[in-house]
This record gives sequence, C-alpha cells and structure tokens, in this order.
Amino acid sequence: MIIATYVKHVPDAEARLAADGGRIAVDDHAYALDGMDEYGVEAAVRLKEAGLADEVVALAIGPARSEAALRTALALGADRAVLLETDDDLDPLAQAGPLAEATRACGAELLLVGGKQADWDSAALGPAVAEALGWPVCDWTTELRLEGREVAAVHDVDDGSEAWSASLPVVVTTQQGLNEPRYPTLPNIMKAKRKPLERRPLTATARVVTLAAALPSRARRGVRLEGDAATVASELARRLRDEAKVL
Amino acid sequence: MILIAIDHAHGAPRRGAFELVSAARGLGSDVAAVVLGGPEAAPVAAALAAFVPSVVHVDDAALDHPSHERRTTALASVAGELGAEVVLLVAGRGGQAVAPRLALRLGGTLLEDVAAVRRDGTAVVAERLAYLSRASLTVRATAAPVVVSVKPGAYPAAAPADAPGSVASRSVAFTAADDAARPGERRSVARGRVALEEADVVVCGGRGLGDAASFERLVVGLADELGAGVASTRAVVDAGWRPYDEQVGQTGKSVAPKLYFALGVSGAVQHLSGMNRSGTVVAVNKDGDAPIFKASDYGIVGDVREVLPALRAALAGLD
Repeated sequence: MIIATYVKHVPDAEARLAADGGRIAVDDHAYALDGMDEYGVEAAVRLKEAGLADEVVALAIGPARSEAALRTALALGADRAVLLETDDDLDPLAQAGPLAEATRACGAELLLVGGKQADWDSAALGPAVAEALGWPVCDWTTELRLEGREVAAVHDVDDGSEAWSASLPVVVTTQQGLNEPRYPTLPNIMKAKRKPLERRPLTATARVVTLAAALPSRARRGVRLEGDAATVASELARRLRDEAKVL
Repeated sequence: MILIAIDHAHGAPRRGAFELVSAARGLGSDVAAVVLGGPEAAPVAAALAAFVPSVVHVDDAALDHPSHERRTTALASVAGELGAEVVLLVAGRGGQAVAPRLALRLGGTLLEDVAAVRRDGTAVVAERLAYLSRASLTVRATAAPVVVSVKPGAYPAAAPADAPGSVASRSVAFTAADDAARPGERRSVARGRVALEEADVVVCGGRGLGDAASFERLVVGLADELGAGVASTRAVVDAGWRPYDEQVGQTGKSVAPKLYFALGVSGAVQHLSGMNRSGTVVAVNKDGDAPIFKASDYGIVGDVREVLPALRAALAGLD
C-alpha cells in the first residue's frame, strides 16, 4: 500500500507580511513546512514503520522554493517526493484536480492532507481532492488506525467528535492531536538530500481571483488597569458595564 | 436564486442558520432553505418557513448525522434542481468539509470562510481572512454557481419575514460512493454549556493558570457564572488540562464573541488568529510585555490566580 502525503511551503507564524498592491508579500526566507502537514507526514511514516505501508510519497504544489518543504518531509521519513511546480496562486479547488492526478499516478490509496493551510487559512483542499478522486474524506482527524484495508478513525465534528470508518482508498485531513511529529535529525536531513525528488510543471487556472489585499489592525482601547487586585477588578467590572457596555 | 443549507440540532435550526438568512437577503430576494434529515428535521423546516419564501426538506433518515458525501449529494441535487446561483453554508467543521466537494460537484467556485459576501454586478465578491487571520483579502468567484461558507458570527441573526414561506418535501438518490464512509458513534462535548462559536462571552485560560485544577476552579468557574463558553490555548490542550475541542486559534476554533477574556494567555499569533474578531477583549497576564496586551481593550498585569477571584467578586457585586 502506498501513502501520499501533501505538504505545503507556507509563511511561518512570525513572518513579516506587507500588502503589496492586490496581494500579500512575504519574505522569501520566512517559509517552512506547514505545521498542519507535519501530522500527516508523521502518520504516514508511522504506518510504514509498522509494516502497514510500502512507500510514502510526499506531494507538493507551488513555486520552486516548495522543494524545501518536500526535503523536510523526506528528512522526516518520506521515501520520495513530487513537486507540481507553478508560480500561480491557485485556490484549493484549482489544486484539487492536479493533486488528484498526482495521487493516482503514484498509486496511493491513502492521501493525507493538513486540516488547514496556513497561507490561505483554508480547510478546503482535503475535501476538494477527495471529490476529485471520488473518495470519502475524514476531516480534522485525531485518531487513525489501519487494519488490512479498513480505516478506523476519530475526527472532530461541530459538537464534539465522531467515529469514522471506510475501506481504502480514502483522504484523511490531519491536525494537532493525531500524533506528536518527530524532528528531523541531522543524518536524516543529509540523507534526504539524496532521496528522489521529481519536478513537474503545472498549468492550472485559478477559480478565485484576489481583487484586493490589506493588513487590517483592529483598533483596541489598549487601557492598562493598575493597582491591587480588588481595585483593578472593580474598575474593570465598571468599565465593562459602562464603557464597553458588554455586561 | 440563493440557497442556504441549514444546520440543526435537537429539532431546531442552529444559530448559524439565521445568520445565513441575513447573508442571503443581502444577495437577493429569491431565497430558499434546504433542510436535510428524517422526521426529526420536519420542525426545523417549518421554523425556517417563517424566514424564507421557500423551504425544501430532503426527508430521509439516511441524512441524520450524514457523511460529508451523502450531505454533498443531497445538497447538489437540490441546488441543481432549483438552479441555485449561490449556495451558502456555515463555515463550521461540517460546512467546511462539504462546501469544497459541493462546489466541485456543481462545477462552480468556492469562497471559503467569508466574513462578508456581496454581489458586484453579476459577480459574487467576498471578504475573507488569510495568513493566520493577519491579512484580509477581497476575492471574486470566476464561475457560477458559487458556494460560499460563511464564518460563524459574521452576520447577525435575521428577523422573520413579513409573509411565511412554503415547505416542500423531496427525496434524493444516493450512490455507492456516498456510502463509502461510515460515520459512527458521536461524542458530544456540549456538557450543558453554550457552544463556543455561539457564545456571547468566551472565557479563555492559558498556561498562566498554573495547573488543570486552577483552570477548572477559576476559568470554568467564571464562565459558569457568566453563562460563557470555555476556551483554551494550545499550550493548555497540549498539557492535557483541557480537551481539544475547547482550543481557540489556528489549529482550533475561531470565535468572535462580544466579550473575550484572555486569562494567563500570552497571545501567540496562532492564538490571536482565532479570537481577534472578538468585540471587547480583556487580558490578564503577569508579563506586561505579553503580546496579548496589544490585542486587548483592557489589560491587567498581574497573577491571574489573584486577579480572578477579585474579578468574580467585582462582577457579582455589579448592580
């Protein structure tokens, strides 16, 4: 059984952003493997280590710098990597078809995708690629077991959690709580440089166009209350009632 | 026409349903609501008829707690039959999984987790946040139909319409692919407290509480007194003090209550991304340089374990 795991090269949380015309500009060196995708890489590698999978293929869509995210996935234990290379800003639906094709091309029957991508703040890619593949999707997964061809999972729903099961092939979106991702060791980082990484040019058309981009900052009162606990507490209670009018 | 997909629980529409009515009315007057589920959903359909001209109840017990695939097929069937130009869903967990599938199935476009949606001529344009909610984007869909998932709390709940609408029942045919996933037992975490996304007041505790017992006593105690939702930071969840479903932030929930208490919370950008749409923000933290103070309306520098009992006494003493 082959597992594909999607990784994205996204700005890290501390990256400096600038609104540049109609788009957001990010420092090129502030990118890293999306933390949400690390859970998927870890889950795939653990299934392989348990003898339940034969190969782990890391897939990425994005510009040339995305190779860094794929190298990280390789250092974490993926066997090989494929980059669908494009400089276009593709929305998740526009990525779904090419990602589905790449998943089929490597023969994978389990595709892992981070629950939410930290650049678009989007949770759409996993369900969208599942639709493109005609596979069921288990989203926001916190437990994942594989027995033969049966997948047994637990995932978050609006009011709590739900057990979920299906036969392969399936798409699973990952999140915190699924596992504790390992760190890449130096020898594995070195080894990852020699693992196969294939680049394929990608041409696709975005379905969503960004008309304007801004970095809003919400005006806050910024009032600092000082004094002993009883004084600041009664001052705060009064201000919440009389000034903010929220009590 | 504008189609809105109604979430419901215990025989009543969820609050998000009425927020979708508001969003839909801004797009056009020809609004229909679709309610999925067996007989238990009939009162939901009846309730919606007071708000929109037309309600479709897909009356099938196979749609009680359905898989995303069944739900997608049912919504696609109704949207296709009615010729919906726009389909609105609530961007909760379920809605965010169904909306992309539905958009692809209909051959349309997805505008995801939007704070506002409007028409610009014939185009559908929306405002949404990106980059961990640090940036705001204006986005336009390039192809119809447009599936829009609307951020919970982005619109006010609508008032009933002047004239009641009609309810029609219909059925839907599922395929084998719709039954590939088998949803199992649900574990609800409501515990009798208001749902986090629907709460007017949210009390969030961080590592500054010191331990799980202090969190329970101080944060949960204050929340219960205020009828508020309880939230946690990732650090607290990672430490095992609180369950995952209480986590607010990038990897957790996104909330926008009228009043948000950040207690012993440092304010990492990942956390801020889940709460920075809140109305009034109160922060208590012993580190005066903590980033949470920049995102707050009222800040108190001090040990949350000393300030909180005083605050509870002060709130109780307000007349």
